[in-house]
Parts: sequence; C-alpha cells; structure tokens
Amino acid sequence: MIKGRVWKVERDGKLIDDIDTDMIYHNKYLHIVDRKEMAKYAFSNLEGWKDFPEKARKGDVLIVGENFGCGSSRQHAVDCFISLGIAAIIGKSFGAIYKRNAINSGLAILECKDIDKADIKTGDEIEINIETGEIFKNGVVVAKAKPMSKIQLEIYKAGNLFEYAKKMK
Amino acid sequence: MSTIIEKIFSMHSKDRVEVGETIWLDIDVRTARDFGGAQVVKNLLENYDGNYVENANKTFFTFDTSAPAKTIGYAQNQQICRKFARQQGIRVFDVDAGIGTHVLMEEGIIHAGVTAVGTDSHYNIVGAIGAFGQGMGDVDIAFVFKTGKTWFEVPPTIKVHFNGMPSAAWTAKDLALFTIKKLGRKALGKAIEFYGEIIDALSVDARITLASMVTEMGGIIGFIPPDDATIKWMEMATGKKVEPVYADKDASYDEEIDIDVSNLKPMIALPGSPSNVRAVEELPYTPIDTVFIGSCTNGRLEDMHMVAKIVKGKKIKDGVTMKVVPTTRRVWKSMLEDGTMKILADAGAIISNPGCGGCAAGQIGMTGEGEIQISTANRNFKGKQGLGETYLASPATAAASAIAGYITEVEND
Ligand code: SF4
Repeated sequence: MIKGRVWKVERDGKLIDDIDTDMIYHNKYLHIVDRKEMAKYAFSNLEGWKDFPEKARKGDVLIVGENFGCGSSRQHAVDCFISLGIAAIIGKSFGAIYKRNAINSGLAILECKDIDKADIKTGDEIEINIETGEIFKNGVVVAKAKPMSKIQLEIYKAGNLFEYAKKMK
Repeated sequence: MSTIIEKIFSMHSKDRVEVGETIWLDIDVRTARDFGGAQVVKNLLENYDGNYVENANKTFFTFDTSAPAKTIGYAQNQQICRKFARQQGIRVFDVDAGIGTHVLMEEGIIHAGVTAVGTDSHYNIVGAIGAFGQGMGDVDIAFVFKTGKTWFEVPPTIKVHFNGMPSAAWTAKDLALFTIKKLGRKALGKAIEFYGEIIDALSVDARITLASMVTEMGGIIGFIPPDDATIKWMEMATGKKVEPVYADKDASYDEEIDIDVSNLKPMIALPGSPSNVRAVEELPYTPIDTVFIGSCTNGRLEDMHMVAKIVKGKKIKDGVTMKVVPTTRRVWKSMLEDGTMKILADAGAIISNPGCGGCAAGQIGMTGEGEIQISTANRNFKGKQGLGETYLASPATAAASAIAGYITEVEND
C-alpha cells in the first residue's frame, strides 16, 4: 500500500494533458548529474507549477492527465520526482519511454483512464494498492487503476532495475 | 491467431504473450553504439562486480554516430567501449564499419525472427527483414548486456494495406513520407504490418527505407513480411537457411487501415517535422545550398544508383554542395567497384567513409543559420543537423535538386 497526499496537476480545474519532459524538467538543467539537486527543478518549465518543489512533501502522490512525459527520453524527468520523494504518479496515460524509465527507476506509476472522474481533490489523503490497482479514500475505493504487472511489481520491490538484476539467478 | 510481433515474442518468452501484458523477452542480439555506449559501460561497472555480460558472443558495439570521432568526447567514449569490449571478449564494429543496424543485417547477425536491441532510436529498422528490434536507453541496455533479457509490454498491431500502384515515378522514401502523412497518430505505441502490391515490389534496400521511418510514424516497429528475394538476401548473409515468421491468417489486429497509393508522387517533408509532408510539386520555388545523401534511411547501394543515374554526365549546380555518405563499408566498396563513385565525383559530390554522416553528430558537417538543405535522412527537427532548414526527400528528388539548384522532382537543365 502506498499512502499519500494528492496533487492534481491541473489548470483551470482540469488535469493538464500532454505535459512533456521539457515542461517537467527544463533542458537548461540537463547538465546536473546529482539526483538530489534535480528535486529543485521538478516542473521547472510548467506554467503555474514552478513552485511545486517548495510545496511538495515526501510521500506525496501526483495525479496527471493524458500522455504525461511525452517528448525526449531524459531520465531527469523521472529522477526529479524520485529525489523529491514523490511516492507515486497516477495518470490517464503516459509517454511510452517515460513509463519505461519510471518503472526501471522504481517509481510507482499507474494508469487509470478515469482518474479525472474519481472523487479526489488536491490535498486529499489516498491509499493505493499497487497489486490490485485500487485507490482508496477514507477506506472506500474511489477509482481503479490498471494493476502493476508482475514484472513491474518485482522491479518496484527490488528498488530499481539494477537491484533487480542482482537478484536474478 | 497471432500477429508477427506476437509470434516472435512467443518464441522468445516463457510468459503468456497477449496484448497489454508485460513479458520477459530473451534478446538474441544486444548492442550499444558510440552514442550511449560509454554510459552502458559505466552503468555496468558501477552496479555490478565482475559479471557484466551474460553472453559476449551475442553482444556487440557499433560505432557509427561519430565515425571516426570528430570530438574528443566521442573519442573518449569510443575508447571506453573498446577497452571494455577487449576485456569482455565483445566484438566491436569500429568506426570503419558503418551504421550498426545495417552492418548487423549484412553480417547475418540480425535476420528474420531474431530479437535485437541497442541504443539507437531507429533500431526498429530491422522490421524490414522481419526481425524484432527496439532502441532503448542506457539503463535498459546495460540490463540486457547483464541478463540477456528485457521486459516489454506486448503492443497491439495495426495492419496497413496499400491499395493500387502509382502511375507517377515513386521511391520507397516517397511511400514512407506519404504513409506518415496518412497515418497521423494512428500508429502511436503500436506495431505495424505492411501489405500490398507496392510492398511486394520493394527490394531489400527499399524495405529498409520504409521500415526506418516507422519511428517517425510513432510506431514501435513496422514489419515487412519477407518475400523470396529478402529470404535469399538473408541466407546469403547468414550462410544458412532462414525461416521467417509470418502472421496467422486469422491474426487479430487492433485496426486495419487501407491506404490508396495510386496517386503517390514524389513527397517532401518541410523543415521542422518529418510529418509535415507535401507533394514536391506543391512547393514554391526553393533554392538550396546543400544536399545530403545518406543515413540509415537512404544510404544503401540502390539509393546511390538512383542518384548516379540522375547526375551522370552532369554537374551539381554552382553554389550547391552535395555530401554523400554510404551506410556501410560494403556499400562504399560496391560504389567503388561498379563506377558509382566516379559518376558522383565527376558531378562534384563529396563522398565520405560510411556511417550516420550528416544525420547524427555531423561527421560530414552541419548547416548554418539560413542554410537550406535537402536531405535523404529521416529527421529534420530544428537543430538536429545544425541551424539550417532541412527538407526530407528521396535520393531521386535530392539528386535532381542538386543539379537544378532548387527543389524539384525532375531533372531540369
Ligand atoms: S543515420 Fe541518423 S537516424 Fe539513422 S541510425 Fe544514424 S543517427 Fe540514427
């Protein structure tokens, strides 16, 4: 179970679609190699969200719209959230490479087509059962995401892809 | 029951292969190129001790993006890979070999039914001969070097059927650009299978051109079911019998799309995006500065012959330069032996050693602001080949434009 406070990444009351990797992590910070540093620049190029790193708390959960993380294959766009302590990202859909990078880095990433219709607001506390995909608020299921695949779950539990490889025969 | 990708996956996985399922996939051919290769080595050295490669005989380095290295950074990275390769007994196709995917197909290392991955976003080009290939990042490739596997979500497949035959002159590049325009976002995250009379008419070189642009269609991979000529080509390369994988008659597709090609004409992508495609004849008068012939899309012998046929006995227009980069050493040598080299040189072209050439790190030069280039490559995003404006077209259109001095599909004296 992942438990956390919600941030719905919205503009004018609607989840923002097509947030690309450059909006998540501005290319002017790409030279940074220290993951801890990257936390400061999460959403560094997303209008209305640039102060997110100051407001976010360890363990928070992001809810995002369609095609989140499309664009380049930069790992920074995943790592900045990990170093900020974001526990999970629930989205309507993700860019294929973004999803792959997130899984490999051990960030919980869940797809839920109707997450925008669920009764969840920014600031709510939710719980996610990553094995079933169920999302709870006050103990009641309010949405159901596609469960993590067995492989995704194994990589997540190992910590990341490299750790997972160490555990293989 | 199964599409081509589902069949290849079933042959390479113990897991149940079904669209949307994530499976472990055994990888037959694992490669890293000079771009990303040093990072793969670094990932391996930092995370593991001693045991870095599951099978050195299935693992390769290919240096092609900057060949030979034109910056110290690239030279350093290539040397890091070479050193690691020597220690591990991994074969290197060095800066003299050509574009990795092409070399691996010519060598018979990648053929129909094989699974292959590397740090090259156009690795899916091997769908041209019925193999599965996928470009991945350095974390993924390090994992494949170490374990021989990767995880993959089985994508849905769309079936594209081309109807009719064009009456105008056409090339595989025109077909690829036309298909990008017609598919829009329909191929996003999906595998494609191509069928139709026009597909049957494609040579191996032409199949490579079409398959190379599936990345620009947004697809995972585009398979062209091998015909007899392609099978023969692969058997020459491998020296053994090759049994391609075909889709079942009753395979289930996500969508079946018909595209009428009877009106296909020479096509061109305008600067900025490979999907902003027009017919060449619709373009206003556009004078050019530079012509680039090459890349994994259009740097094969047939492409070179197409150019030679047009420029033979003519001169490239004053004020225009033409840069030619064959894909592989084999293509380069054939050009030398069959006289193509002389025809191009007589016309005034620069001919370089094989590699990615003008497509990647500028082995044969970049463009400056305001410079208009017509290129046979597959991408023309701003900044990719310099600050100039790059149009994408076929070798025939590029060659005719080189002679004319402006973009044109036919030779104008
Ligand atoms: S020619 Fe260009 S697109 Fe093709 S493999 Fe090389 S760099 Fe990539």
